[in-house]
Amino acid sequence: MPYIKLEEHLPGITGLLEYRQDSAAPIRELTQFLLRGPNTLTEGERELIATIVSSRNECKFCTAAHTAAADMLLGEQETSKKIKEDISTAPVTAKMKTLLTIAAQVQESGKSVTAESISKAKEAGATDIEIHDTVLIAALFCLYNRYVDGLATVTPTDPNFYQGLADRIVNNGYNRLKQGYDHLKK
Amino acid sequence: MPHIDFKNDLPGIRSAMAFRPETAGPLNQLAQILLRDENGLSRADRELIATLVSYRNDCFYCHNSHGEIACIYLDGDRNLVNQVRQNFETAEISEKLKALLNIAAKVQNSGKDVNEADIERAKKHGASDVEIHDTVLIAAAFCMFNRYVDGLATYAPTEMDSYPVRAKQIAENGYGTHVYSQNQPK
Repeated sequence: MPYIKLEEHLPGITGLLEYRQDSAAPIRELTQFLLRGPNTLTEGERELIATIVSSRNECKFCTAAHTAAADMLLGEQETSKKIKEDISTAPVTAKMKTLLTIAAQVQESGKSVTAESISKAKEAGATDIEIHDTVLIAALFCLYNRYVDGLATVTPTDPNFYQGLADRIVNNGYNRLKQGYDHLKK
Repeated sequence: MPHIDFKNDLPGIRSAMAFRPETAGPLNQLAQILLRDENGLSRADRELIATLVSYRNDCFYCHNSHGEIACIYLDGDRNLVNQVRQNFETAEISEKLKALLNIAAKVQNSGKDVNEADIERAKKHGASDVEIHDTVLIAAAFCMFNRYVDGLATYAPTEMDSYPVRAKQIAENGYGTHVYSQNQPK
């Protein structure tokens, strides 16, 4: 049960973003730009960064949600699974391996990012903007994961829930729904 | 040396914000809402939470910056800010704030570390749901800000007399894009 009173029909992050909509607005805007805005990294690649950080923070809700979103964007379920197991052997580009490595270091601490891992990313063709965005996406999910677990929000166990959520964040993005979320009440 | 070329010589998070104004907008809005709101927690309480989390994340730029802003709100009581950094349980602060700092310290490590006893303790000392929410979100947000600042190896001034000057700018004008778009205070 959540530590504060949240709307019961909105598990995970959604209930929190509805609880305090004024702080939610810039969080949503930041996420929409980083994960859906114009970028040389694909939306699927950016969801993989969100996935690996959430997985390493052991945030079940966020891991399931962003895995489902990445799978939907990539059209397969293999890549998201493999990056969580071992970045070095996962079926992603050499550049993505270096960026996922940086994201994994950020998950641990900003200070864990080494000059060597940055050099490898640049050698693999990563731009300064791509490195910046990777670090900020990883850092943003260190916020989300702590927000979701720190207030003990509800984590649905039904996989269909995450399919529905993925459908929403792939097709609507991270902006608040215009009609709100009352239609999700059962 | 920073990991990427920010194309400016601003200190700390300001250099990353000037490099990527698209993300600087929402980041500053989030800081403004979470750290300047006076509903529930005071501005001093909020900055002390930010200082403690940044200190435990070993983010030199952030803990010194927010420590100095807290100091201004506390009428110059730098000793109290240091007490919070070193051991908030014995600091000369309210029992409610101690309970909230305990929650923030848990969030710094992992959202999953916050347990029911931590929440009960805060509620027993009069913390409201919104205050608990804001404590968790401020702590989570600084797990993002600290990683952003250190993950890109931004420049942290070692001239300690530069921190109160920037702190005064924030205390007077709040958070916003002015922190990187205007001439730096001297």
